[in-house]
Amino acid sequence: MATPAWWHTVRAATRPWWWRWAVWIAILAPGLAVIAGLLSDFLMNTRWLGSNPVKEGELILGQLTIKYLVAMLAVTPLRRLLGWNWLARDRRTFGLTAFFYGLAHFLWFALLDIQLDGVELADALTKRTYIIVGFAALLVMLPLALTSTKASIVRWKKKWTVLHRWVYLVPILGVVHWWMSVKADIGEPILYSAVFAVLLGWRVWHARRETSSHAATTPAAPASA
Amino acid sequence: MIIRPRSPSDLASSDITPESLYLTRREWLAAAGLAVGAIAGAGALLPSAAPAQQPLGKPFGLQPDDKPTPWEDVTTYNNFYEFGTGKDEPAVMSKGFRTRPWTVKVDGLVNKPGDYALDDLLKAGRIEDRIYRHRCVEAWSMVVPWRGIMLADVLKRAEPAPGATYVEFTTLFDPSRMPGQRSSVLRWPYTEGLRLDEAMHPLTMLASGVYGRDLPNQNGAPLRLVTPWKYGFKGIKSIVRIRLTDRQPSTAWNDSAPNEYGFFCNVNPTVDHPRWSQAKERRIGEFLRRPTLMFNGYADQVASLYSGMDLRKNF
Repeated sequence: MATPAWWHTVRAATRPWWWRWAVWIAILAPGLAVIAGLLSDFLMNTRWLGSNPVKEGELILGQLTIKYLVAMLAVTPLRRLLGWNWLARDRRTFGLTAFFYGLAHFLWFALLDIQLDGVELADALTKRTYIIVGFAALLVMLPLALTSTKASIVRWKKKWTVLHRWVYLVPILGVVHWWMSVKADIGEPILYSAVFAVLLGWRVWHARRETSSHAATTPAAPASA
Repeated sequence: MIIRPRSPSDLASSDITPESLYLTRREWLAAAGLAVGAIAGAGALLPSAAPAQQPLGKPFGLQPDDKPTPWEDVTTYNNFYEFGTGKDEPAVMSKGFRTRPWTVKVDGLVNKPGDYALDDLLKAGRIEDRIYRHRCVEAWSMVVPWRGIMLADVLKRAEPAPGATYVEFTTLFDPSRMPGQRSSVLRWPYTEGLRLDEAMHPLTMLASGVYGRDLPNQNGAPLRLVTPWKYGFKGIKSIVRIRLTDRQPSTAWNDSAPNEYGFFCNVNPTVDHPRWSQAKERRIGEFLRRPTLMFNGYADQVASLYSGMDLRKNF
C-alpha cells in the first residue's frame, strides 16, 4: 500500500507566511463587520444587518461563537490527521476568539437588545432556561480564558490540564442554548450538533484507540520478544 | 371610541376635515401628522419600488409617533415559513409564486357556502385602506398600511348557521409552489382560527394589499388575515379556505408549541412568552424599545370581547 505522493506533500506542508495574518483577519473581520453594520444601519439608514439590526447582530455574534468553537475543536484532529503540528497554537487563539464572541453576544443582549432592563435581565438569568444554559457556557469559558497564558500552564501543570478539559462542555452548552432559543427551525442547531458530535466523538475514539493499542502492545511484548 | 368601518376609503391626504368628524382628537392628530409626513417624506422614505404618492389610509388606534414602517422593511422582514424560515427568505423564495387564478372556499356551518374567485370574494365588502399597528410575538413591531375588506362582510354574505362559533382559516398547501412546506418545520397546511365574535369584529380585515397595491407574495398574497390586537402569526397568509365550525380549530403554532402559543394570541404585555418578556417591543427602524400596549393599543375596541376571561390562561 503505497501512500500517494500528494499525501506526502500535504503532510509536509509547513505554516505559510500569511497564516498569522489570515487568522487575525478571520477572527477580527466578522466582529468589526457587525459593529460597522449596526452603526451604519442606525446612523446612515442602511440595511446591512436587515430591518432589525439589533436582533440580527445578536444572532450573528452567537453563531460566530459556535463557529470558533468548531475551529478550536478542529485543530487537534487536523494536527493528527494531516501532521500539521504548527496549527497547535491556533487552538488557543480560536478558543479565546470564541470566548470573546460569546461575551460580546451576551453584552449585546444585555446592553443593546434588552437595554439593561433590570427585570428582564433578572428574568433572563433565572427563568429563561436557554439563557441560563448559554450563560453557563460563558461562565465555563471565563476561567479557561483567564488561564490561557503560557505562565498559567507552567504554573498549574497537571491542574491546568484538568481544568481545561471543561472546554469540551462549552460546545454542548452552546448548541443546547441555540436549539432551545429557536422557534421551530432547528436545522442549523442540528447541523452544528452533528459537527460537534464528530469532533468530540473523534477524541473519544482516538483516546480509546491509544489506550487499547497501548494495552495490546505492552503484554504482547514479552511473547514476541 | 367609535369605529366607522363604512367610511370612504379613498380620501386624499388633504381631505382631513371630513375625517375629523369621526376620528377622535388623538387620531385626528395622528392623521394630521401622517398627512404632513406623507407629503414631506413620501418621496424620501419609500424606495422607487414603492407607490410613492399613495394615500396611506385611515389610521386606526395609532399614537402620534406611530409612523408607517417603510415599504422596504414591510416587504423584506417577513415570517412566512412556507417560503423559508429566515426573515429575508420569503421575499426571495416567493418571487415566482403565482396567485392568479385563486379560489377561496367559504364553507362549514354557513347557509351559503361557496367557492369564490378572489375578486368575487372581495366584492363582499368595500375595499379600504387602514393603517394598523402590527406586533410580532417575537417582540418587534411595525405600522402597516393595509388594504382590504372587513372579514365580517364575507361571513355575513355566507350567512353563519346557528351553531357556528368559530372560524378556521387554511393556507394553500402546495409544496411545489411553497418550498418551505417540503420541510416539516410546522405542520402543513398552516391553519389559524378565531372565535366568531372576533372574526365579526370591525377591526378584523381580510387584506389583499399593502401600501395601496396588491400584496407582495412575501406578505401573504393574494389574501391574508389581519387582526391588529393579536400577535402577527395570527395573520394567516395565502388563504384558500374559510370554514365556520362549532369547535375551536387547531392552529399551527399552538400545535407546534402549546406552552408558548395559545389559541387567542392577544397582545398582552403582562403575559410573557416562556422565553422572553412581552412588556416591550422594538419598532422596526428604532433603536430604543417602546412599551407594548394591552391588545396592541386596541383595548378600547376589543377588550369587551374577553371580559371575565383569565387572559393568563387564555393566552
